[in-house]
Amino acid sequence: MSLQERLPLSGRVEEIGNRPVFMTDYLGGAGYEAARIAVTGMDPNEVIAKVKEANLRGRGGAGFPTGVKWGFVPDVEGVKYLVCNGDEMEPGTFKDRYLIEYNPHLLVEGMIIAAFAIQAQKAYVFLRGEYHVPRRRLARAIEEASAKGFLGERIFGSDFSLDLRIHSSGGRYICGEETALLNALEGKRGQPRTRPPFPPASGAWGRPTIVNNVETLCNVPSIIRLGVDWYRNLGLTSDSGTKIYGVSGKVNNPGLWELPMGTPIRELVEEHAGGMRNGHKLRGILPGGASTDFLVEEHFDLSMDYETIQAAGSRMGTGTMILMDDSICPVDLSRNLQHFFAQESCGFCTPCREGLPWVEGVLADIEEGRGQEGDLDVLALNAEYIGDPGNTFCLHATGAIEPLQSALKYFREDFESHIRTGKCSYRTEAS
Amino acid sequence: MRGQQLLPTLTAEEIAEIEEEINHLPDRKSAAIDALMIVQKHRGWVSDESLGAISRLLAMSVEELDGVATFYNLVFRQPVGRHVVMVCDSVSCYVMGADDLAKEVQSQLGVRFGETTPDKRFTLLPIVCLGACDKAPAMMIDEDLIENVSSDRLQSIFGAYA
Repeated sequence: MSLQERLPLSGRVEEIGNRPVFMTDYLGGAGYEAARIAVTGMDPNEVIAKVKEANLRGRGGAGFPTGVKWGFVPDVEGVKYLVCNGDEMEPGTFKDRYLIEYNPHLLVEGMIIAAFAIQAQKAYVFLRGEYHVPRRRLARAIEEASAKGFLGERIFGSDFSLDLRIHSSGGRYICGEETALLNALEGKRGQPRTRPPFPPASGAWGRPTIVNNVETLCNVPSIIRLGVDWYRNLGLTSDSGTKIYGVSGKVNNPGLWELPMGTPIRELVEEHAGGMRNGHKLRGILPGGASTDFLVEEHFDLSMDYETIQAAGSRMGTGTMILMDDSICPVDLSRNLQHFFAQESCGFCTPCREGLPWVEGVLADIEEGRGQEGDLDVLALNAEYIGDPGNTFCLHATGAIEPLQSALKYFREDFESHIRTGKCSYRTEAS
Repeated sequence: MRGQQLLPTLTAEEIAEIEEEINHLPDRKSAAIDALMIVQKHRGWVSDESLGAISRLLAMSVEELDGVATFYNLVFRQPVGRHVVMVCDSVSCYVMGADDLAKEVQSQLGVRFGETTPDKRFTLLPIVCLGACDKAPAMMIDEDLIENVSSDRLQSIFGAYA
């Protein structure tokens, strides 16, 4: 198997010596062949069927089957939109930045195919505002692709045309939420919208719109070029393809690796990330970003795929895990997480706007020695109400509660000893 | 009624850049965030006067535009220093010592988060995860991502920004 057949997302980057892949290098690795095959030789429904059969699932965190989502776009006249969600703001997540920085043409090609599949004439990459290097490299890729006739009017001489633009975000985590992103794209405040209608029926400017994550779209070209069977066989478990996994925290070799879907957690931590640094012991992981439930020792032999991690009570999320070692206080780490979620609430729904700062305050009290008996019940009660997806418009607060409820479950003795002793034992060790 | 020439205006360059964005959008208002960021790129921040000028160009009310501007943390509605220093305070950087780094940055710059140095050289702001978690702790100065930041490197890092 060639490097690209083994590593469809990063293989070409590795082949040319871990440099950014621009047009000449991209074409040298069968670049834009898949887009040509799709646009000049396939029916849009055939493309959707292939992506469905391949069982490509959304890599932004939710894991929704991509082909099924595309199939929701109604067959209507008029403008349709494809939007790439490149608003990578989930704390601990750095995979989309890598893909855009090192393989920008792969994203452009994936977007051409996706836009063709849903017959979108306009496409936007919604890119987070702080991603300056990715923006410059993607802009260069778009320019190069336009110059070759792969973007713009009558792509590959077909009837299909596509205008692809970058929208740089003004900030705010909530804009990564699909409908908040659409409001932001429209130049409005980034607040989530009510559903239904769902974006495939009524999205950007009220038109049918598909929003896909960067990594999701980067998976599309190889599915078209190398086929469904090849793609399904890449995964180690029932989920297909490869995944860009990441590890951050106190390991010897933090980083990103493209590996078969379903690679075990322990292999990621021990082999790829080189194990824990300086004798630190791993206590817990947030498997897929800040808004996923903690996993602990008993879970470390599990496979990182959607089904397995979900069955363990968490979510694979973005697949970029954050490691909490034994030098880190679970209470203070929880405070850090809730500070983030409280700050990033859009403020529309009361449980999220009022509840998250309350939770942050209680955690700060416990951490700083002002904890009281009953505080853990207050946290549990808040977790129950704030975390109930029926109580808020979007899933921001629900996601915020995931690491809190699991921290209360797995690290309860830490919370209790803070309250009992009126101090954080990790602090004295650190200072 | 006041004459049009008395109203604060945008430069020809700013207008051209904003119009280019509008050309790829279904209506003028949709370019609100792009327009705010374009003007900020040229002027460092978005003043009330700039806000008024942009709202007229986009044919929307100044109040609606301010509602948009104040939602987004990267749109500055107050003057900032020549360089904006943003230190990540999210979880991966936290695990790698971001709290201590934040203290050291404040001490070296002599300002707290949200403040600008008296010589108007630096504005210090906290920022959420910069997507550099494998090279934590991270910070950003203007458009430069700075990775694996340690306290002993700060002086030379800041020295590069006059």
